[in-house]
Amino acid sequence: MGNSIMTNSMPENRLLELDNVQVQFPMREGLVKAVNGVSYHVNKGEVLGIVGESGSGKSITARAIMRLLPKNAKETGGSIRLRPRTGEEFELSALDRNSRAVRKVRGNHIGMIFQEPMTALSPVHTIGTQIMRTVQLHKGLSKADARARAVELLAKVQMPRPAQLVDAYPHQLSGGMRQRAMIALAISCDPSLLIADEPTTALDVTTEAQIIELLKELKSELGMAIVFITHNFGVVADIADRVSVMYLGRIVETADVDDIFYAPKHPYTQALLRSIPRLGVDQGRRLPTIPGMVPDPFSVPNGCAFNPRCIHAVPGLCDTQVPPELRFGSQMSRCHIAEQFAQTEQQEPAHV
Amino acid sequence: MIAFIGRRALLAIPTLIFISFISFVIIQLPPGDYVTSYAAQLRQQGDYISIAQEAIMRQNLGLNDPILVQYWRWISNIVFRGDFGHSLEWNAPVGSLIWDRLALTLAISSLSLVFTWIIAIPVGVYSATRQYSILDHLFTVFGFLGKGVPDFLLALILMWIGFMYLHIDVGGLFSPQYQNAPWSWDKVVNLLSHLWIPLVVLATGGAAGLIRVMRANMLDELGKPYVETAYAQGLSERQVVWNYPVRVALNPFISTVGWSLPALFSGDVITAVVLNLPTTGPLLLQALKMQDMYLAGSFILILSVFTVIGTLVSDILLAWFDPRIRYA
Repeated sequence: MGNSIMTNSMPENRLLELDNVQVQFPMREGLVKAVNGVSYHVNKGEVLGIVGESGSGKSITARAIMRLLPKNAKETGGSIRLRPRTGEEFELSALDRNSRAVRKVRGNHIGMIFQEPMTALSPVHTIGTQIMRTVQLHKGLSKADARARAVELLAKVQMPRPAQLVDAYPHQLSGGMRQRAMIALAISCDPSLLIADEPTTALDVTTEAQIIELLKELKSELGMAIVFITHNFGVVADIADRVSVMYLGRIVETADVDDIFYAPKHPYTQALLRSIPRLGVDQGRRLPTIPGMVPDPFSVPNGCAFNPRCIHAVPGLCDTQVPPELRFGSQMSRCHIAEQFAQTEQQEPAHV
Repeated sequence: MIAFIGRRALLAIPTLIFISFISFVIIQLPPGDYVTSYAAQLRQQGDYISIAQEAIMRQNLGLNDPILVQYWRWISNIVFRGDFGHSLEWNAPVGSLIWDRLALTLAISSLSLVFTWIIAIPVGVYSATRQYSILDHLFTVFGFLGKGVPDFLLALILMWIGFMYLHIDVGGLFSPQYQNAPWSWDKVVNLLSHLWIPLVVLATGGAAGLIRVMRANMLDELGKPYVETAYAQGLSERQVVWNYPVRVALNPFISTVGWSLPALFSGDVITAVVLNLPTTGPLLLQALKMQDMYLAGSFILILSVFTVIGTLVSDILLAWFDPRIRYA
């Protein structure tokens, strides 16, 4: 909120910076703090994976960046800043949902891919028309140039027969092809940032692997950064440079991808990793699960939101005080006893 | 697309033959025939004709022939010579009776249809995009009122207001002095001063229902992910709403636009009777009451042809408008 933060300039290689973003939904049953003070940043050209269960606030945070929050959402604080390739700086958090300024950012500097390729494309327009409309809007291309650009983009996302399928309607394409068309649409104006909101969740694993591979290629080819939202650690390991783990509207841990997998410093991250089945390991044993249930959003526990389910919880501390952000080099953990995990790591290298 | 249209057009032919036969039979179904009704009417006026005279009339009119023969005489004249037969009651060719009134009916009905759409679509879109706003509530109230008040009642109220407070002639389409006058500027103004009542009556009834349909369709569509995708491309709210969800929400309108073709032809009978409009509706009502079978039969045949053609037009429009149907 503070003006002092807004006037600070971002580091040179910084693309996107979120500071203490808060989004609430006033409901009849009470106030839902869907995003409760989220801070993260994305550097130019890097992939930030955001992992969390459904309802942890990861998609809402992405919508706050795009200024596409549902109409009943209330933003109660925080700042979101973007500095795309062009060097301009946008204070996104100050922009209105329908403002001209934010419409220049959407689709142009930030592209977005959605979860459901089946329904995220207009059923009554060809994919070519949808891509052309975007490039005509932001790049001012003529109709013929826009069409050529659409074909080129479809070729870039490895759509088979791009010159013909540019005139195809979404219902004529398979799920994987639709998601490729969606990606072509999102990258049509060479955005500096691509937000991918569970882009592979609705796809089968083979197609998922192809789409991930495609996103990695596009990233290095176009030099764009990606915010990759998912609930799947396996996908994150494949694509992300850094990972943030969200739980009930807060980021509980952020670290480089290796540290997340080999030296997690938050009990929630640890528990999530333990509950991933691994081939050849743990044979014949029950897969560990996280005890308890995700609390309902109207009664988030006091202190650390994870404390009722945490095997390390310290009574009197974890259930009363919100843990601060503790930093270990580039790693951040919101856990009172994160120190403890750092020490045990030095004694015995973490399990693989 | 051409094959699609051709297939649909071919399917329409047996449908029309079947409908024409059924409508002819149905008109003959009630006990008695035109001669019975005619004799009854004469008796009411204190006049009478003898049984023998009735029999001669029947013989002359061909009413004693088997029904298939009568049907063939009727339909072959229509198909081969464009002759719809002779109205027994009016003692005039059916064609001249119908076509006289048809132009006026089509004019009034299409005008009110255009008004209905011009009102209903923007209001429905507004109500959906600004759901629960004050104006949305206001439109909802008007919508239910418009839907709930019967057309003929609204027509009566408007006539009363026009007569009592605006001191204008109401009913019919022209004031008596212009009825048979040649066309002039004054006559046009006179026509317009009569025309607004039927237009308002017909448009409110239609628009009220369509606003609700459009609003509900739009609310369905606005929540779909492709709308968010469109916003995420940087399109303005107006571009998004009118290019994407409205396109999809119009589908039910297009699939039913064909049915307005027969409705245009028959007009709103009760309203037309109340307002004393020289449209086709009251004529059909009278023909049915009198068992004037060639007139009524032709009416019903024309209505059915319009229904079949209208449905065909709807199908083609919808296929042109929505690719998911074209390729299904």
